[in-house]
Amino acid sequence: MAETPCSDLSKAEEILGRYPQEEPALIQVLQDVHRAYNYLPCDVLERVAEALEVPLAKVFSVSTFYKAFSLEPQGDTIVKVCTGTACHIRGAGQLVEELERQLGVGPDETTEDFKFTVKTVNCVGACAMAPLVIVGEKYFGSAKPARVSKYLTEGGADEN
Amino acid sequence: MRIESRDQFEALRKQSLEIETNRKQQVLVCCGTGCLASGSKEVAEAFADEIAKRSIDATVDLFVKSTGCHGFCERGPLVVLNPQGILYTKVKAGRVEEIVEKTLVGGEVIPGLLYKDPVSGERVEQYEEVPFYRHQVRVAMRNIGRIDPTDILDAIAQGSYSGVAKVLFEMSPHEVIGEVATSGQRGRGGAGFNTARKWQSCKDAPGERCYVLCNGDEGDPGAFKDRSIMEGDPHSVLEGMIIGAYAVQANEGWIYVRDEYPLAVVNLTIAIREARKYGLLGENIMGSGFDFDIKISRGGGAFVCGESSALMRSLEGKTGEPRAKYVHSTDKGLFDLPTVLNNVETWAGIGAIIERGGAWFASMGTERSKGTKAFSLVGKVKNTGLIELPMGTTLRHIIYDIGGGILKDRPFKAVQTGGPSGGCVPEELLDLPVDYEELTEAGSMMGSGGMIVMDDRTCMVDVSRFFLAFLEEESCGKCTPCREGLKQMLHVYGRIIAGKGQAGDLELIEKLAAGMQLGSLCELGKSAPNPVLSTLRYFRSEYEAHISDHACPAGVCRELTAFEIVEDGCDGCHLCYKACPVDAITGVVKELHVIDHEACISCGACLDVCPTDTIRTFPKHELEKAEVV
Ligand SMILES: Cc1cc2nc3c(=O)[nH]c(=O)nc-3n(C[C@H](O)[C@H](O)[C@H](O)COP(=O)(O)O)c2cc1C
Ligand code: FES
Repeated sequence: MAETPCSDLSKAEEILGRYPQEEPALIQVLQDVHRAYNYLPCDVLERVAEALEVPLAKVFSVSTFYKAFSLEPQGDTIVKVCTGTACHIRGAGQLVEELERQLGVGPDETTEDFKFTVKTVNCVGACAMAPLVIVGEKYFGSAKPARVSKYLTEGGADEN
Repeated sequence: MRIESRDQFEALRKQSLEIETNRKQQVLVCCGTGCLASGSKEVAEAFADEIAKRSIDATVDLFVKSTGCHGFCERGPLVVLNPQGILYTKVKAGRVEEIVEKTLVGGEVIPGLLYKDPVSGERVEQYEEVPFYRHQVRVAMRNIGRIDPTDILDAIAQGSYSGVAKVLFEMSPHEVIGEVATSGQRGRGGAGFNTARKWQSCKDAPGERCYVLCNGDEGDPGAFKDRSIMEGDPHSVLEGMIIGAYAVQANEGWIYVRDEYPLAVVNLTIAIREARKYGLLGENIMGSGFDFDIKISRGGGAFVCGESSALMRSLEGKTGEPRAKYVHSTDKGLFDLPTVLNNVETWAGIGAIIERGGAWFASMGTERSKGTKAFSLVGKVKNTGLIELPMGTTLRHIIYDIGGGILKDRPFKAVQTGGPSGGCVPEELLDLPVDYEELTEAGSMMGSGGMIVMDDRTCMVDVSRFFLAFLEEESCGKCTPCREGLKQMLHVYGRIIAGKGQAGDLELIEKLAAGMQLGSLCELGKSAPNPVLSTLRYFRSEYEAHISDHACPAGVCRELTAFEIVEDGCDGCHLCYKACPVDAITGVVKELHVIDHEACISCGACLDVCPTDTIRTFPKHELEKAEVV
């Protein structure tokens, strides 16, 4: 899934139609755009800026401020490792390393085949199950480095 | 369906309660984030299938209910059987048929599924007798685990929205604030500001409109009480907000929910939709003439957006940069209008305060901190999960009586409270009664109630560095002391954990800390040095060991630590061999295993799995010495 030079703007129009055309809607619009396109394509951001009458610079500033947004295309499945405090002291670091060994990419990177994007998150609120790996929508509690490849197949499979 | 009067509401409540009590056999399956991760959805489905099968021969009248988080996430999936009051832990879908057959039909308890007390080793049958629950007093979490969060009638049966009926038809806004003032409740989001006083300031502030907001950003890593409340009992949050809105006469409200909490967003959305349908939100609530509606806003995943002024900027669609504190949000908050912002747990407690009276709430807790407080007890403790206790409970009671003590019975080292703005409390202070002031005096903070227990295998230098790295990434960068201070401090920590610390480094850290406390714009920067200063205060010798002896006493800092297997302890179980990610361990089953120091990356994976505790850490430089000889 390489970046196409021009994005299909009809999805963006549909999203914009759901909100009042003003600045307070910006973050909500960007969240929906992110979900629809799996990242924030530049040409869509230009359209959003125009529609909400917000300077493009401001749209970029918001897009880069919040962690939930990516300006790069993402893999089909997002693999998150919780590196919050509870997970950290129960060995989350080893999980990040194991993923790097298996997928060849570190946090905030995407595999060449666009199958996986690895991310670290600060606590997903399931600290009692620390450490956690989340593959797609599937949570794996008390995660162990030795089981990482299993998590990837199980969680990745759900997406398709 | 829309409730048009108080009588209609009372009638609906009575009706819901009757349905609830007439359900003979109930199976409550916890479907919070923790239990879902352990497969509770499959368990609930298996029960539903089993009922469908059984209803053909009609031997049992079963009712399965998915509830919010019971708090005991580590033992999940949890299943509670009522009216028997039996708690089964770690239930897998494969055992559902057996449970229905033996316990529900046969009336027989399955010992293997009962909770085993790690202290006494005994099996505990009754939910209420499990020490983890027995010591708790639940106010904000009163309905969690008892109701189906997606069923508003279930919540109403348990008393939700009764507080709304009471204030709308019996009390003036002034009286509502008075009742909350009597309770003495202080904000549960961190700073502990008096709730009633905040509401009063907002009410007194000039402005054509005002807003009521709920802070569900819960950014402190290691805390998840707000998640559990929003997921497990969203109605208590809505009820609190309606009451607060009536008190300050606001007509619009927002709940700002963390991006990482998808289930909370789903359950809140359902709750709001249902409440609107029944006329408990929207125009003319319960026919009282009062209008109030709530919208949900999903956060963008920035820790600083939990700070009140940053949160309001984010709601306005802007980047979440805080404002200087002299502007009070009760005067000029969202869109520069008077605004009340309270934490999820604060709001969840309001309905109970109105229902049972401020005096009841104030009868619990300590002199300066009233009521109960929710905590997430996590880390190296046997029973991890969510608890609610009266303020003033000691740390020792929490960690040993409720938490069951330290994992593998290792020595306790410290408990971290207050998240990245808090600090580490050492063993000497285990008898500290937990309230806002006591924690602050100990150099830590209440924060949002995260309690992360640490044992002797936790390095305090590493933990402090962890928080600094977290804050460096989350600092919004608007003010220099915070942005640059964190960077420089992290730089010094980097060399300490690499064994390249210099004389004077600790003093340098303290100087940087003082500068940040004085000069930062918002609380993020002002409180960022807390984890650093508290560990320096209680664990200075550990820092010194890193700097002068090039040793990490806890055996965590990789560049300073080497591992070896003690000869006469190893029984050749081969677990370390399998755990080693770089194949640095050799050995065959039932024989002594050996670690190759050249290949070892000091990750500690072997030590974590060793059942006989025979892997030893020692300073890496001793290895070099040995080679020279
Ligand atoms: C950096 C920073 C992060 C914060 N994060 C949160 C948070 O996640 N949740 C929260 O309720 N309060 C948080 N607060 C505290 C809020 O600013 C505010 O005091 C609180 O929401 C008020 O509600 P309360 O009075 O009910 O506690 C944070 C404060 C700071 C400085
Ligand atoms: S720290 Fe990982 S889930 Fe909370």
